[in-house]
Formats: sequence, C-alpha cells, structure tokens
Amino acid sequence: MKVVLKNLTKKFPGAGRNKNDSVIAVNNFNFEIPDGKLVGLLGPSGCGKSTALNMICGLLKPTEGKIFFGDEDVTNTEPEDRGVGMVFQNYALYPHLNVRQNILFPLQNFKGKDKLSKEEMLKRTDEAARLVQIESLMDRKPSELSGGQQQRVAIARALVKRPKVLLLDEPLSNLDARLRLQTREKIRNIQTATGITTIFVTHDQEEAMSICDVIVVMNHGIIQQIGKPQEVYDNPLNLFVAKFLGTPPVNVFKGKIRNGSLYIGEANVLGGISMPDRDVYIGIRPEGFLADKDGPLECSLERIQIMGRDVTVVASHKEAVDTVRAVMASDNDLLGEKSDKYIRFSIKPKKVYLFDRKSEERLKF
Amino acid sequence: MKRHNITGWIYLLPAILFLGAFMVYPLIDVFIYSFEEGYNFTSQTFGGIGFYNYSYILRDPYFLQAIKNTFILVIITVPVSTGLALLISLGLSSIKKLKKFYQTVYFLPYVTNTLAVGLVFMILFKKTAYSDGLINMLIGMFGAEPIDFIDGPYWAKMLVLCIYTVWVVMPFKILVLTSALASVDENYYKAAKVDGTSKLRIFTKITVPMISPIIFYLVVTGFIGAFKAYSDVVALFGTDLNAAEMNTIVGYIYDMLYGNSGGYPSYASAAAIILFIIVLTITVINLMISKKHIYY
Amino acid sequence: MSMRKNNISDKVKIKHKAGNTVSISLVYLFLSLWALVVLFPFYWMLLSSVKSYSAYTAEFTPKFFTLSPTLQNYREAFTTVPLGRYFINTVIFTVLTTAIMLAVIIFAAYAFSRLEFKGKNFVFIAFLSLMMIPNELVVITNFVTITNLDLRNTFTGLILPSVVSVFYIYLLKENFSQIPDVLYYASKVDGTSDIKYLLKVVVPISRPTLVTVAILKIIECWNSYVWPRLITDDQNYYLVSNGIQEIRENGFGRENIPAMMAAVVVISLPLIIIFLVFRRRIMEGVSRGGIKG
Repeated sequence: MKVVLKNLTKKFPGAGRNKNDSVIAVNNFNFEIPDGKLVGLLGPSGCGKSTALNMICGLLKPTEGKIFFGDEDVTNTEPEDRGVGMVFQNYALYPHLNVRQNILFPLQNFKGKDKLSKEEMLKRTDEAARLVQIESLMDRKPSELSGGQQQRVAIARALVKRPKVLLLDEPLSNLDARLRLQTREKIRNIQTATGITTIFVTHDQEEAMSICDVIVVMNHGIIQQIGKPQEVYDNPLNLFVAKFLGTPPVNVFKGKIRNGSLYIGEANVLGGISMPDRDVYIGIRPEGFLADKDGPLECSLERIQIMGRDVTVVASHKEAVDTVRAVMASDNDLLGEKSDKYIRFSIKPKKVYLFDRKSEERLKF
Repeated sequence: MKRHNITGWIYLLPAILFLGAFMVYPLIDVFIYSFEEGYNFTSQTFGGIGFYNYSYILRDPYFLQAIKNTFILVIITVPVSTGLALLISLGLSSIKKLKKFYQTVYFLPYVTNTLAVGLVFMILFKKTAYSDGLINMLIGMFGAEPIDFIDGPYWAKMLVLCIYTVWVVMPFKILVLTSALASVDENYYKAAKVDGTSKLRIFTKITVPMISPIIFYLVVTGFIGAFKAYSDVVALFGTDLNAAEMNTIVGYIYDMLYGNSGGYPSYASAAAIILFIIVLTITVINLMISKKHIYY
Repeated sequence: MSMRKNNISDKVKIKHKAGNTVSISLVYLFLSLWALVVLFPFYWMLLSSVKSYSAYTAEFTPKFFTLSPTLQNYREAFTTVPLGRYFINTVIFTVLTTAIMLAVIIFAAYAFSRLEFKGKNFVFIAFLSLMMIPNELVVITNFVTITNLDLRNTFTGLILPSVVSVFYIYLLKENFSQIPDVLYYASKVDGTSDIKYLLKVVVPISRPTLVTVAILKIIECWNSYVWPRLITDDQNYYLVSNGIQEIRENGFGRENIPAMMAAVVVISLPLIIIFLVFRRRIMEGVSRGGIKG
C-alpha cells in the first residue's frame, strides 16, 4: 500500500501568553511512500516527525492537506478504521494482559465480515509471535519482560492484524546500544519478509541510514530532503542535511571563492571552481581529509583517537565553525605527516560541499 | 473532535441526572421550603413567605435542647478523641511487635454497624430492675452508688453518649494520625537526637508541627461529624429523643420531617439550614485560626 | 578528648536503655488497654448472645463467661422477628446500590479523565463543590420527592439517592488519569472504541481502586440508617439498622437482651469478615480518601 501525503500541515495553537501565535509542527508536506518500502522520518527532536507520524496513524487530525492510503482518502478516517499498526516509543503494552492477550487484542476488535474465529486468531497470534521470536514468553506479563522483549511484543501486536501500513515511533530509543543494533536488523528483516509499507521515526541518523530504503530529513516542520540514504549523504541539498547525516558530522568552515579557487583563510584548498567570487560555507566530510605534509590546509592538532580500524584526528582551525574531525583508515602514513602541534591536510574534492552563507542552500560547482 | 464532544456528555449524563435530582434540586428546594410559612404536607400548599419557620424553631424548647446537646457533645468529644488518638498513634509508632495487630483491632469499630454496637453500649451502661449492668458493677467496686446511665440524670446520659461517640470516631483518627506520623522524615528525629533534644521537646517542637495540618484536618472533620451526630444517639436512647432530652440538631430535623412529630418539612428545612450555617461558620473560623498556627 | 566524649555517650546509652524498657512496657500496657476498650463490646455481645435468657436475667452481677452456651437465641432471632428478611433486604440494597454506583462513577470518571468536551472543567468544579454539601440539607427534599413519586417502601426509593458519590468520582478520575496516554493511542490504533478501551483496559488496570471503592460503599450501605428509616415503614423493606432499632423497641420485648445480642452479632458479622479479608485495602482506602462515613 503506497502512502501519499498532500500539502499536509499541522498547526498547534499557542499556549498561555502566546495564545494567538500558533506553532506549525508540520508544514506543507508532499511526498509519496512507495508500496512495500521502509521509510525513515529523520530529524532532531521537535522537528515534527512524530506529529507527522501521528497524522498518518490518525491520532492527530491535520489542519490542512490530505492523506491517501493507495487511492483511498483516509484524512478523516478514525485510527481504528485505517488498518495501521503502530509501535510506540514506550511500547504501550497493556499491563494487565499477558503477552498472548496483548497480541490478540487487536484481532478481537475486528467487526462484521472481518471477524475471525477463535482458532484463526490464535493461529495468527502464534505466527506473529514466531516472527519476532517470543513464542516462549506468551504467558508472561509485560512487567516480567526486558525492554527488548517488550519491544518485540509491541511489534508482534502491530503486525498481527496485517496492517496496510506499519508505523514505528522511535522504536529503538529505549534499548541499550548492542540490542539496538540487533533489533534494527530484525526490523529490517521482518519488513522485508512481510513487505508491509513501513514508516519509521527516529532522531538517530545512523539508525535510519542503516535500514531504510528512503529517508526523509526534516527540520522545523519542513522536509529538507527525500532520497535513498546514500544519495542524501553524498548529495545533501543544504547545510542542515549535510550536518545532520554522518558521524562524526561534516566539518564546516567559513570560506570564500576567489578567481576560481576555494580558500579557507589564506589557504587555497581546492582549485577549478567555476563560480564567481563570493563567501561560502564549506562542508568537508571527515573522510574527505588526507594527511599530507604538503597539503594546503594547516590545523592545530589537539589529539589523535585510535579506535580499531579507524583513526580520528581531532584538530582546530580558526575558520572552522566547530572542532575539526578527520577520519582516516590507518595511522601508518599519518605518523610521518604530523608535527607535535600542527597537521596538514589535502582535501578530496568529492567530499567537499559548498553552501550559500545566507540561505545555507547547496551551491554546485 | 465533534464526536468526542457528545461522547463526553453521554458518559457524564447518569451522574449529572442523579446529582441534579438528588443534590442540586434539593439544595435549592430546601431554601425555598425554609421560607414557606404554614406549609401543609398533604395538600402541599403554603400560606406565605417569610422568616416564621426560623423564629418558630428558635423558640422551640426541643430545638434549643438539641442545640445545647449538640454543642456539649462537640466540645467534649472532639478534643478528647483527637488527643487520645494522638497518644495512641504515638504509642503505635514507637513499637514494632504487634503493631499490625493493634492497628487492626483499633480499626474494627469503623466497619461495625453504629446502631448494633450502640445496643451493646446501652446494655453495658443500663440499670434495670434485675441488674445494675456491668459499668455500675465496676464503679460499685470503688464504692459509688449505681446510676442509670440510659434513663437517669442528664449528665449521666451525656457521659455515655460522649463515651460512645469517642469510641466510634477513634478508628478514623488513629488511622490518619498513624500514617501522618509514619510520613515524618526520619532525618528530623536523627538530627534532633544528635543535637541532644529531649523526647518531650522532640514531640512538641518537631512531631506536632510536622503533623499539624493533619491534626487540624481531623479537628475540622471531627467538628463537622459531631455536629451531625444522630444514629449513635438513637442507638443508645431510642428514637424518641425529645422525651429523653437527648435530641441533636440532626435528630430534630428528622423528627420534624417524619415520625410521630413529623410532617413539617418547612421547620425541618429551617433547622437544616441553621445546622449548615453553624458548620460553615466553624469551618471558616477554623480556617482562619489555622492560617495563623499551621507551620507550613 | 575524643575518648572522654565516647565515655559519656556510652553512659547515656545505657541510661536510655534501662529507661526504654520501662517506657516500652508502659506503651504496650496503654495500647492493650485501648484494645480492650475496643474489643470488649464485641466480646460482650458475643457472650450475651450465647447465654440463655433465664441465665442472663438471673445474673444480678453480670458474669464474664458462661459455662452453658446456647444457640437458642440465634434461633429466636431468626424466628420471632424477621431478621432473615432484614438481612436479605440489606444484601439486595447493598449489592444494587454498589453496582449501579460503580457503573455511574466509572463513566463519569472516564469522561473527566480522558474525554475532551466543552464545559468539562466547569462541570468538574461544579461536581467538586457538591462535596461540601451535607447530606442533611438535601435529605428533606429527597424525602418529599420519593414520597411524591410513590416510591416509599420500594427498593428503587431506597437506592436512587445514593447511587452517585462525587468523592468516588474524584478518586477514580485521579486514578484513571495516571494511566499513560500512550495506552489510549495504542488501543485506538488497535481498533478499539472508547467504550471498549474503558471496559477492557482502564477498568482492569484500575481494579485495585475499584475494589477499594466498592468495599467502602458496601460498608456505607450496610450501615445506613437514616435514609432507610425515613423511606420505609413496612417491615418487609427494613434494612438491618432499622431492623435492630425495631427489635429494640418492639421485638423481643425490651428485656430479652440475649436474643437482641444474637441479632446484633448476625448483622455485624458480614462486615467484620469483609474487614478481616480486605483489611489492608480498606484501611488504605480510608486513609487515602480521608472520609468518615
């Protein structure tokens, strides 16, 4: 089932003194989620991604715009009639029901011709439980389960009614780091196996990048960019997207273009830029630096972090907006290139992005 | 959203209907009744509007007796029961063994039928032709003459009533005070001990101030409860309370409404409103005092 | 310096200990004395109820025990006066009132805690302000209303005015509000209507509070005296409280105390059993609610 959002907008009335100023949580969304894909809604907290999810689910009514499931307009359909499954951040398992009863719960609400026989319900409950591997926990109460187990029960409960669309609201945020890695793989596998169109909300870009077919990057209620994770990473449309994707984040410098060359301070870091003279922001991915004793960019060296395969050089530069972090594959060639205080880099042109100083939009060169 | 609007009202409807019919409407009606003069219950007509009902009951010796009885009851039982409950709660909070047992026993009167146990009290205190009763036997051991506490002199009847009232209200007070004492932070006591404070000083300077809001709450509810005394009086002295000189304000209201002397809802209403005004005044006075003396 | 200090505190400790034993004993003595005061009337009613009539009247000085207990008084209590009928009436009254009240207050509390509608806050404050109204003020009109509706000597008349308790609505609303919102959203997505969510999720989760409220209401109903007395004068509709009063004034003749005590034991027993079973719940509920029935 494809999901189409048209001019979707949600305004919340202001509270207290700001009663007349409404807050625009979601501003004029337009996009289409293709059938059977896993889509990640990604953005910092307060960007409106949960609001968008709640509107798709039906718990919130949009102020303007429409939502389509396939060709059907569901904008004014109640959540119980939309046929969506949802996994909440805190899982929202019913504390007084055991695991089996929790998973059964949505099936027992089917009415009319959809009504299932008792055996059919139990069969589907077992199927869902098997899918998330919780068959051995069926008689336990939620309070007797670990966080990861509760999470899987929540997924089973969302899947059991074979929803047209599966919605996941920060499903991994309450798990510890190791479990998070496993669970996200699991979610990807289940999604692939069932082929249900799935929308996944997260503030963790790594999570979204690793499992999503498509990511939607949001900020302040506005869609910044939609695309395949790698495309968005390689080709950010603006400074926000560039900064939001990738760990360590992109390094931002204040720079300028003079006579077809790119300058950071007085250093000419890149040539062959076909653009008139202007001031720009320069974004350089951490992997875009090469340690090079003849390189044009000289930074003050702060420290070197060796973490297994990778080496991170932490440095500073007066034109840099933040600390400079460069990631390199091995430290062998690095040791010769640095003095105690300084390190010089050359830059990989493919890992450099230019942005307008005012609009922060990407500039192609 | 619109659908929700209606749902909310539908869910509330039964409660609103019942409260409207049996609380709000009667509340308005009782004021109207109290000003309708010469109301006739059978024909449900009245002669005029005015303060006659109030002036009548305020001149009625039975009502004055009821007010006197009620005030005596309130003034004796509230301080006595609160003080006694505080002592018992302090005792309870200083022991560990048998604490649960004592708490359970002390709470027992709360769940028993006031009328039924009142009968037992009556028997304990009553002097009959064939027996002086248990209490008379006990006071006889100290050389006192037997007294009929149920049909005898006024002070004796009042004494029994006060004793029974205290017995009835104690469970609630002990329970509330015990949990109040348990909620006082241990650290205050530890700090006081380190400072070498005496036990009495700890009690008056730490415990009492810390639980003063609860004591105050008990006094106010105690006042209100005692002003509404009725069924325990009936249990001891029977339904003809006027004859026994033991009527209370609430008893007077019901007698005016129903029974041998009944059929006068207007008088009953006037009496009920006077009761309400008394209770309200005392609550307000209590509130004003508490603003000065409650420590936090 | 520090040595001396230690010495002193040791001495103080020893002194305290000796004083403690004495004072603890005094505390136990005092507490036991009050326990005796509380329990004695119960003992006395039980004792008197098993003494035979002749033995009881023969004791000019009451005896603290009996060597020839009899159940004759209990037989008499059920045969001479319609104690069984009073008992059944009270059970019917208590069960119906409690059940209807629970239904009414569950819906009202749910409306206040979960549903959004215009005027909600206003109605809620209006409800709360009704808590201050003493029952004595409204009982007069209710008596007239029920009389005019020709509902005297009926269960309807007995039950109607006591099926709503603003206080319990308030208590339940607080309880319902503690259930996380997200459960409501989850059940919405699971395809549940409001009513189903209320009955299948809210009510089971709030069961402890509901049980407490029900027990407190049962106690209140079982002991209610004033309203039943006003509204019934037909013995067939008497509740136990009115029954006991009737027994006292006209029943066994004023002198048959043992039979009277047997009746008292019978009507006190159900609540004492409920109390012993739900002791913790009841005491918690009463101290939390701070209500005096």
